[in-house]
Amino acid sequence: MPDHYFITHSNIIRKHAITRDFNIDPNNEIFVNFVTFIKALYKKETISYPKFYKMDNMSKLGFLGTEMLLRDNSFFDRYSKEEIGIIMMNSSSSLDTDLLYNQTIKDKSNYFPSPSLFVYTLPNILIGEICIRHGIKGENAFFIFDRFEPQKILDLVHLLLDEDRAQVCLCGWVEVLEDNFESVLFLVEKEKRMKEFQLKNEYSSFDIENLKLLYQNKK
Amino acid sequence: MMRKVYIAGDNIVNSLGFSTGEVMKQLETGATGFMFYNDPRLAQTTLPLSLVDQRILHSRFDEILQKRHPELNKNSFTRLEKMFIVSIDDALKNTESNIYGSDSLLIISSTKGNIDLLEEGMKEFPDPKRIYLWKMAEVIGSFFGFVTRPLVVSNACISGVLALSTAARMIEAGLYENIIISGGDLLSEFVISGFLSFQALSPEPCKPFDIARKGLSLGEGCGTLMLSSKLKKTITITASGSAISNDANHISGPSRTGEELAMAITKAIKEANLKLDNVDFISAHGTATLYNDEMESKAIGIAGLRTAHVNSFKGYWGHTLGAAGVIESVATIHSMESDMLFRSAGFDEPGVPVALNVIRKNASTQVNNSLKIASGFGGCNAAMVFQKI
Repeated sequence: MPDHYFITHSNIIRKHAITRDFNIDPNNEIFVNFVTFIKALYKKETISYPKFYKMDNMSKLGFLGTEMLLRDNSFFDRYSKEEIGIIMMNSSSSLDTDLLYNQTIKDKSNYFPSPSLFVYTLPNILIGEICIRHGIKGENAFFIFDRFEPQKILDLVHLLLDEDRAQVCLCGWVEVLEDNFESVLFLVEKEKRMKEFQLKNEYSSFDIENLKLLYQNKK
Repeated sequence: MMRKVYIAGDNIVNSLGFSTGEVMKQLETGATGFMFYNDPRLAQTTLPLSLVDQRILHSRFDEILQKRHPELNKNSFTRLEKMFIVSIDDALKNTESNIYGSDSLLIISSTKGNIDLLEEGMKEFPDPKRIYLWKMAEVIGSFFGFVTRPLVVSNACISGVLALSTAARMIEAGLYENIIISGGDLLSEFVISGFLSFQALSPEPCKPFDIARKGLSLGEGCGTLMLSSKLKKTITITASGSAISNDANHISGPSRTGEELAMAITKAIKEANLKLDNVDFISAHGTATLYNDEMESKAIGIAGLRTAHVNSFKGYWGHTLGAAGVIESVATIHSMESDMLFRSAGFDEPGVPVALNVIRKNASTQVNNSLKIASGFGGCNAAMVFQKI
C-alpha cells in the first residue's frame, strides 16, 4: 500500500440519533415521517440551498449528510475539485422514487409523468447533486449492495486512492425506502496530505474493523 | 507494474441477434434493429424501438435451463434475468471452468433492473424481492455457480463503462483473476414514458451527430464481457486505461463545455500509455440528442482527437441504457478483432459544433487502439481504452 489511509470525518443520520465524528446526538422528537424529519433537519442545520426542495428523498438525505460532513473541517482547502472521488451505495437503488413515478403512469385517465421526477429514478443523481453543490469533478460511482459491506467498500476506495485516481474519497451508504432510512457518510484521506495540512493524527485507520465500528456508531 | 487485463469472452443480445457474431454480421449488411411500435403497454404514442425477439429469447433460455437447471421453473425468472442468462451463457463458452473460484467475480450493470415488476400484470411473480438489483444479481450469479457475491453498478448511462472500468481496475490490482461484466436493461412503459416526458425521443430512428437529429431512440438488450488476468481470445486485446468524471453542472443536461468528459478521456489515454495519434477509433456515446452530441464533439476536440474515426453504435440498436457501455464495448472489440470500422448509422450531414471524423462507410482497416466513451444523467462521464497487442 502506497500510503496510510484514515477515516477522518463521519456523519450518520438515523431516525433516533445523528452522529458527527462519533459524537452521538439523540433525536428526541417524535418521528412522524421521513419528509417531516428531513425538512426539520434541513432547517435546524440552517443550510440555504433552494434546490434542496426539488430533490427526491434519497438525494435530500445524502445531500444533507454531505453538507453536515463537509462543513467546518476545511476540506476544500486540502483538495482541488478534480482530486475528490465519490463512492455511494445503497440497497434499494431509487426504488422509493420509482414507486412515486410509477403512480404517475399507472392510470391512463390520470397520466402525468414528469421529467423532474423521472430523473430521480437513478440513484447516482445524488452524486450529481453533491457535485453540483461543490463543483466536484473527480471519479464517482454508485453501487448496490444488500447491506453495508465493509470489505467491498475497502476494495473500491483502494482502487481510487492507491493509483492516485483520487486523493480523497467521500464515501457513503444512503438508503431511503418510504420511512425507513439511514445515511452513513465518511471521508477517507491519505496520511501524506493530512501531514501537509498538519492534521493531528487522532483518526481511525481505514480498515474493515473500523468500518464496522463506524456503522455501529462506535469508535 | 500493473497487471494486464485481457478480453476473454463476449456476447451481445439485442434486436439484431443473440451473439456478437450474429449482431455484427447484421452491421456488415447495413441492417438496423428498429421497428415502429404502436403498443399502449409500451407507450401512448407510435415510436421506433429496438426490442429483443421474445420468442427466440424464451426458447434460448429454455434450452439453457434444461441444460443447467432442469429442476427450476422457467416462470421463476423475469424477462431481464432471461436476457442476462442467455448473454452470460454465450460469453462463457470455452472459458466457463475458470469462474468457479473465489478469484472470479460477476459484475452486473443495470439502471432499472426488473422495473417491470412494478406493473399491474406482474403482481403474480413469485419473488417480489427481485425488484432489488442486488437480489436480481444474486439470482443470476447463483444460476452460473459463482461462489463470490456479485457487485452491482447502477450509475445511469455510464453504468456499463463504469462496470468495465471497475472490473479492469480490480484485476490490475490483483483482487480477482476473472471478472464477468454483464450489462442489461429492458424497455417497459416506465422508462419509455420518462424519456417521452423529457421530449428526448426521436420520432424516427436516431441520427447521431447528424444536423437533422431529433433525439434518441431507445433499445433493450444485454452485453457481456469477460476480463481476465490470464485467459485471452485468439486476438489479444487489453483493457488498458479508464477514467470517470463529473460535470458538476446539471442533473439532466450535459456540460456546456465538454471539459469534464475531455478530462476523463485524457486520463484514460494517459493511463493506457497511448499516443493521441494512435487512437484509431472512438465508439462515442452518440445518443443523438441535440446537447449530448454537441458536448461530445467539444470533448473529443478538447482531448485532441478530432481526426480519429468516430461512430455511435446507437444508430443500429438505440440507447440500451445500463447495457449500452458493455454492448458498445463488445462491438468496439469486435471492430478491433475484425479490423473493420462500422459506419455511424443515421449520419448524413455533420451537425455538431466541432467537426469530427464520423465514419460514413464500413471500411476494412487496422483498428489497434480504441476509445469507448459515455455520459449520463447526474453529470457522469466515463472513458475506457482497448488495445490490441
